[in-house]
Amino acid sequence: MTTATVFFALLLYAATLLGVAGLVWRIRDYARTPAPLKIPTTPAPTTTGGVVLRMLREVTLFESLFKANLWIWLFGWMFHVSLALVLARHLRYFTEPVWFWVAWIQPFGLYAGLAMVAGLAGLWARRFLVERIRYISTPSDHLMLALLLGIGASGLSMKFLDHTDIIDLKAFALGLIYFDWQPLPAHPLLYLHLLLVALLIGIFPYSKLLHAPGLFFSPGRNQADNPREKRHLADWAAKLEKAKV
Amino acid sequence: MAAAPITAPPLKPYPVIPILEVGAMAGTKSFPANAQIQEALGFPGELVEDWHDKAIDKLGELLGKYRSLKVYLDACVHCGACTDKCHYFLGTGDPKNMPVARQDLLRKVYRRHFTWSGKWFPKLVGAEDLTKEVLDDWYSYFHQCSECRRCSVFCPYGIDTAEITMAAREVMDTIGLGTKYTNEIIGKVHKVGNNLGLPPAALQDTLSSIEEDLKEETGQDIRLPVNEKGAEVLLVTPSADFFAEPHVYSLMGYAKVFHAAGISWTLSTHASEAANFGMFIGNYGQMQKIATRVRESILDLGARRLVVGECGHAWRAAYSFWNTLIGPFDFLDPNYPVPQHICELTYDLIQRGAIAFDKSANDKYVVTFHDSCNVARASRMGNLPGGQFEIPRAIIRAVANKFVEMYPDSIREKTFCCGGGGGILTDDLMDVRVKGALPRMEALQAVVDSDGVNFMAMICAICKAQFTKVVPYYKFNMSMVGGVHQLVGNAIRLGPK
Ligand code: SF4
Ligand code: SF4
Repeated sequence: MTTATVFFALLLYAATLLGVAGLVWRIRDYARTPAPLKIPTTPAPTTTGGVVLRMLREVTLFESLFKANLWIWLFGWMFHVSLALVLARHLRYFTEPVWFWVAWIQPFGLYAGLAMVAGLAGLWARRFLVERIRYISTPSDHLMLALLLGIGASGLSMKFLDHTDIIDLKAFALGLIYFDWQPLPAHPLLYLHLLLVALLIGIFPYSKLLHAPGLFFSPGRNQADNPREKRHLADWAAKLEKAKV
Repeated sequence: MAAAPITAPPLKPYPVIPILEVGAMAGTKSFPANAQIQEALGFPGELVEDWHDKAIDKLGELLGKYRSLKVYLDACVHCGACTDKCHYFLGTGDPKNMPVARQDLLRKVYRRHFTWSGKWFPKLVGAEDLTKEVLDDWYSYFHQCSECRRCSVFCPYGIDTAEITMAAREVMDTIGLGTKYTNEIIGKVHKVGNNLGLPPAALQDTLSSIEEDLKEETGQDIRLPVNEKGAEVLLVTPSADFFAEPHVYSLMGYAKVFHAAGISWTLSTHASEAANFGMFIGNYGQMQKIATRVRESILDLGARRLVVGECGHAWRAAYSFWNTLIGPFDFLDPNYPVPQHICELTYDLIQRGAIAFDKSANDKYVVTFHDSCNVARASRMGNLPGGQFEIPRAIIRAVANKFVEMYPDSIREKTFCCGGGGGILTDDLMDVRVKGALPRMEALQAVVDSDGVNFMAMICAICKAQFTKVVPYYKFNMSMVGGVHQLVGNAIRLGPK
């Protein structure tokens, strides 16, 4: 067992723990915080089924963003859809035998890798070129894009420029899952890739990546428009009411 | 304080996103409330000594009470989709009037005090301490937001700057920083029952003289009943309807509708106000206290239906919040929605053929319709989503022959605020109001030029007051501004004289 293997195994465990624990804590916090008033942005669906559809459109098509700005939508959507495909493609390292649909999307996943980097580049360019967006950008906004680009670029380089031994890599990945560690192929690009991925997973719940769970908890989007039909009362407001009478 | 010069930007034939003018509006501030006004609402009379800690404590408390606040402060990715959506930004060019930048004024303090990354890496994530300068910015820019929710329509996560503004104003109130305009008005409602501070006797006088005007105009005894026990409908309407122009013409319109349909109705002196400025300062308790007068009145008068007059934020408070704040309304007539908008009532009567019109009475007008933000983006009419757009338009089409829409990105849920909502409708913010009206004025100019529009109908007391004041700056005639029920009143058939 090389030092690198031990280092990356521990790093990935730690990052996952930090990421998952933080995410669970954040989501519990969101779920427990009351929404005392009905505030969906209208026109809004009047039923729960309608809300599910609205959320689905937001999650898969970025409906609101599409209405707002075609450029941001184009780059943002391209990046997210590609990322989803790329992640799905990576499932081949964690499944044995490889699920059939994972095998099937492999070639698409490859193009998606390129599209993802292009989308990120577009998003980043806006932070320099558009005055309004330059004004609101913080260093972390830039670094987040750099991090994602770094992950994409290091991954693509291993595909197109300098292959690593993916059989051994898969053994390492499966070993992590089954707590039966296998050696990690010695490969600088792979080291870089894994380092950045661990960083991304680790900071997920402590950064603006919280937009992912946040969307599902946004009262403006997830509430049904039925205040006249159904009385809505938060716990603390109900207590206030009790105290009065 | 020297009054800021009030300037209207030139109207352009199509909307142009302005070049940033950093700090352009930093010095434009709403007059602060004095100690008397503040203390009447239970707020400290002046900026408290330990304001910093108090503010952070309050912010912490609100984060535990409002999921919207917590999620919205976390979720923004600085994508910039909202940056060109605010009428105050479009009118002033001040970058802190971009919705996301406005949120960031609060977000940077939230990050500093309530997030791990902001505690350890403030520079990296744009976290900042709450300094006196930051507080000054809060006071300026959270009073240059009309809580119109236009930004929330476009944000991929539905982040609603209005929620952030309300929270910030709530924090400022608890450390002694309120605005004279809003807080004084809230005090008046608690004391007298309406925003204008119009006592019951004066209100009754005003109503009788309007009845005389109606008699003169129509030859009929059209009544404006007040405090009448046993009437079927209690109408709660913004107090501006009682004597501001053009508001009063809509009041006459409601009276004619009730008269023609033979519905018995009444106003109440105790709840002579539909507006609820407690909403503007994000204060649940104040909002509830104001709304409670409505519940008390309807119980006292024994009306079976609750109807609300033409007012945007009042309709939001009524439609979205009353059931929560002062419900349940299980003792009212279940055949009608509670509360019901006056437009819903009129529309329903039109559908049933219970009232009829002589449309030619409005032939002097080419009408367009200004959607008011709180009706458009924070409420509904009728049974279907979007009824708040269709119903007023259907009424206008039923009472007037010539109707034209403004351009699509300026109507329905994308409507531009009049520039005076959310507690901004005060003379000390005139410059902000004039500039904030720019996008609406551009849209109006376009239909004036193309179709000769000479009447902009609306269903909001604040919009009416704002536009009558502001349109002259853009060389329009203020008689262009009026209510939907003003048109209804012009055209309704009142039977044989
Ligand atoms: S709520 Fe309206 S006024 Fe406030 S920031 Fe958003 S668009 Fe501007
Ligand atoms: S659109 Fe939403 S996520 Fe994007 S910058 Fe504005 S508030 Fe933030």
